[in-house]
Amino acid sequence: MAELIKVGMAELKVARHPAILTTLGLGSCIGIALYDSRTKNIGLVHIMLPSSSIATAGMNRAKFADTGIQDLVQEMVRIGSDIRNIVAKIAGGAQMFAFATQNETMKIGQRNAEASRAVLASLNIPLVAEDTGGNYGRTIELSSEDGTLKVKTIGFGIKYL
Amino acid sequence: MADAISELNSFHLDVLREIGNIGAGNAATALAKLLDKKIDMRVPQIRIMKFSEVSDVLGGAETPVVGILLQIHGDISGSMMFILDYPSSRLLVNILMGKPVESDLDYDELTCSALKEIGNILAGSYLSALSNMTNLKLMPDVPALAIDMAGAILSVPAIEFGKNSDTVLYIENVFTDGRDSVIGDLFLIPDDLSYGKLLEALGVG
Repeated sequence: MAELIKVGMAELKVARHPAILTTLGLGSCIGIALYDSRTKNIGLVHIMLPSSSIATAGMNRAKFADTGIQDLVQEMVRIGSDIRNIVAKIAGGAQMFAFATQNETMKIGQRNAEASRAVLASLNIPLVAEDTGGNYGRTIELSSEDGTLKVKTIGFGIKYL
Repeated sequence: MADAISELNSFHLDVLREIGNIGAGNAATALAKLLDKKIDMRVPQIRIMKFSEVSDVLGGAETPVVGILLQIHGDISGSMMFILDYPSSRLLVNILMGKPVESDLDYDELTCSALKEIGNILAGSYLSALSNMTNLKLMPDVPALAIDMAGAILSVPAIEFGKNSDTVLYIENVFTDGRDSVIGDLFLIPDDLSYGKLLEALGVG
């Protein structure tokens, strides 16, 4: 039985096979799941904001798409992965509340998804699947067995990416 | 700018607690009128926590909760969010509508608008407390409602706090009619520019 490891908001973790990394209740945040099919290493980061350009000294780097993904890749490499073998899947980026007047704050989920895609592309990591957007929360589980990402919702069923 | 929340000193927190007290008092009175019941409140607690701990409040990240979000306009802008745990929301709706809600996720349009109205009243109580203490003009917008996993709902205020801080600050309220209790968490989220203005108006800037 693989160990189930929780990744909290603004946290990142990597694990060697066999393991399952999970993050619960993603809203506008994004879960970026990395999988290395060669070593079966897995990594998961739960980011909240698109860019660390607004960060101040000493801030948690896992909170931002750019620094969070960079650090996660480094951790994967540290436990023996080659960046060329890593693929990514992302989930989350919902807009939890609908307002008549749309402002930038409300579109944060969409911006988080765009930033995550851009950061992965800049690192040449293929984005092989995603389940983003909508107006509902998601719980995700990343399995080291085959890199499957299970996405659970309340009222919108379960998907396997 | 350093971490906005960790820079708050005990005096700031006292002021926030006082806003919480007056706001909750107003809210209890409003609820009592609405529900035609005697409603007491416990002294509100100010809580500050790390993001990684946020999803553990209200029974865990996957627990369904009801979130009511209002945009605030006026002298400062920002938003305010009220989160009720599921049993509390059901209790309030049952009392208000005089009928039980059948199943867990069977919240129809009427029930949702009743919840929005409750959110409106509660948030309005806090806003008027804040407005009186600061002499700032504050107006709430029409509320928006979401029922979903606690983690997903909490991500909305957490992200706003995340722009300036690595922690989240909120006021936990418990209202009771002596038999049943309603537990609700209130997040006040001033926009970037409004934060300093708010503290200044409170005389603690």
